[in-house]
Amino acid sequence: MSKTYSIEKAVYAGVDVGASHTKVALIDTAGHLRGHGVRKSGVNFSATAEMCLADALQMADCTADQVAHTVSTGYGRHNVTFASGTHTEIGCHAKGSYFYFPEAITVIDIGGQDNKIIKLDSNGRRISFKMNRKCAAGTGAFLEEMATRLDIPLSDMDGLARKSTETVNIGSYCTVFSATEVLEYIRHGKKVQDIIKGLFVSVIRRVLEMDSLTEKVVMTGGVVAHNPYLIDLSEEQIGRRVWTPPFPQLAGAIGAALYAKATQTSDNE
Amino acid sequence: MAHETKQILRRLKSAKDLSRFMADYYYELNEAAISGKRKIAWCTSVGPAELLRGLGYLIYFPETHAAMLGATRMATDLIPTANAMGYSPEICSYLTADIGAFVKGITPLSAAYKGITSVPKPDVLVYNTNQCRDVLDWFNWYGDKFNVPVVGIESYRSVGEITDFHIDSIASQIENLVAPLEELAGCKLDMDAFKQAVALSRECSDLWAQCLATASAKPAPLTFFDGTTLMGPAVVGRGTLKAVEMYRLLLDELEERVNAGEGALVGEEKYRLYWDGMPVWGRLGMHSKMFAELNANVIASTYCSSWIFSALDPSDPFKSMARAYTELFIVRNDAYKERYIQDKLDVFGCDGILYHNARTCPNNTNCLYGMPQRLFRKTGIPFVIMDGDLNDLRCLSDEQTKTNVEAFIEQLEEMK
Ligand code: SF4
Repeated sequence: MSKTYSIEKAVYAGVDVGASHTKVALIDTAGHLRGHGVRKSGVNFSATAEMCLADALQMADCTADQVAHTVSTGYGRHNVTFASGTHTEIGCHAKGSYFYFPEAITVIDIGGQDNKIIKLDSNGRRISFKMNRKCAAGTGAFLEEMATRLDIPLSDMDGLARKSTETVNIGSYCTVFSATEVLEYIRHGKKVQDIIKGLFVSVIRRVLEMDSLTEKVVMTGGVVAHNPYLIDLSEEQIGRRVWTPPFPQLAGAIGAALYAKATQTSDNE
Repeated sequence: MAHETKQILRRLKSAKDLSRFMADYYYELNEAAISGKRKIAWCTSVGPAELLRGLGYLIYFPETHAAMLGATRMATDLIPTANAMGYSPEICSYLTADIGAFVKGITPLSAAYKGITSVPKPDVLVYNTNQCRDVLDWFNWYGDKFNVPVVGIESYRSVGEITDFHIDSIASQIENLVAPLEELAGCKLDMDAFKQAVALSRECSDLWAQCLATASAKPAPLTFFDGTTLMGPAVVGRGTLKAVEMYRLLLDELEERVNAGEGALVGEEKYRLYWDGMPVWGRLGMHSKMFAELNANVIASTYCSSWIFSALDPSDPFKSMARAYTELFIVRNDAYKERYIQDKLDVFGCDGILYHNARTCPNNTNCLYGMPQRLFRKTGIPFVIMDGDLNDLRCLSDEQTKTNVEAFIEQLEEMK
């Protein structure tokens, strides 16, 4: 059921409860991003989602009453009690990416827990999608694990990797084996920045092994948002330009908000 | 407050008859094992059952037992026992679950059928490698354990065109089983009983094929998940009148549903899917509910059709068995498999294909060598790959499965 408010003031919320972070995006009737919020998902998904929504509303200078529709996505999508609908993160990342790149694209989403490669035709319809197997290789969880091993804050990784002068090769597709490879490099006195660059390259390789890339390549997800150097390295790996939407971490939440807006449109039909 | 559970699937009345059929089957085996009055042969699911019936054996199928271990979700706890014995977690989880259960002295038969305490001891084990080599290792282990002979047929794999060479070779291997099996049975092969078993097997197969074919109706009167349990008699009862009778009942019920325009889903059947590969036995209920809630029906499969043996002919039992057991999907090359699936997509009017990538059974997994992509290029019918396993629940993530399936249905919806 839609609420009663003046349509010009309405906003639409997309809530993406991911395995590691919860993201909320608020868009207006014109599709502009008005506010957003990002927090660690923690153990109480619904409470985190509410807090993120409050952050986003504050940023957008809106009240909760103005939210016409909410769509949730991500692993915790069914925990968002205030959402009026749900969509999978595959659908939302696709929609969020197509909004910024309305043409045939291949979306690579690198998330905290999983990766996806989604192919869209020029009308924004999904042709195919692929999720990684149940394994952390190539995900944010992998980088987190390695940061712990190297005893550095996650937020320092991007800056350190950029300083690398020599890339070490992390070849295994198993996170545990990769960790032993890292230990081996530490024993041999390799520099931390070189190991981190090696880890970044490994993330990209693991993702690129999932599916072929066709058309324009768009990268989304929190890992890329916090480690933009991954984009440069991806371009090196595939020899093509890699695009990102503004706020790559919010792509799923924006997609969900766009679905919420579409619900509104169909309500009014 | 009690939740009202919404009925989303229509149960088949014949499911009750099936339960009775399976109970009778296991009690008969149990009695024979205790009394020693009848010889018992263990047989692979597509082994030469008709010949064994002609020799008076009762037949027990370890694969069906292993599937029960999966369906009762006992398997995952038992597989590690076999792993510790040297069987890799990467090989057939039917084998590892079944051997693990045996070593631990556990069987789901005890819970299902009061009074049965163990699987029936074999007098002989008879295999056919038409499915895979794992069955051979599996049977050899039991042969050793029970100190009984293991005999069988070594099949050809990746067969394209079936030639006289294939037929003659397999037929002579079946004929060569007669002498050792006669010796163990203590009687001669009764040719009439053998031919009768082939005839009944053929009838059973034809009826089962007709049952599955009813799913081409819109809405389909049954689901793949119904099929995986309803195929029980076609597996364990091949060559018997009881199995034939069971399928006559089932076919009647399915035809009634078709005539009444009644589908297996209570809600609308918006999407019709093809399932390739094995079921995840421990998730049958969960998966059937998941699809029904999405208004999707998995209406056809490669797997349930594996017990259709249209070549069987009582007038030429050895050769026709050789052909029937070589014609099977699993035994064929990729070109054949592609054509087969393409034909089924067409006949059943499927909107999409779901490939189950079963970790421990590459033999029943068809998405490993680019077939989904090739078929997509040919048909334009979208696919999704689901990582899982037949028995080992350590190989799957329910959450990932759900996201994959939901996203796939969203994709189909966008295309409508
Ligand atoms: S075909 Fe697969 S499930 Fe059947 S016995 Fe062989 S490996 Fe096991």
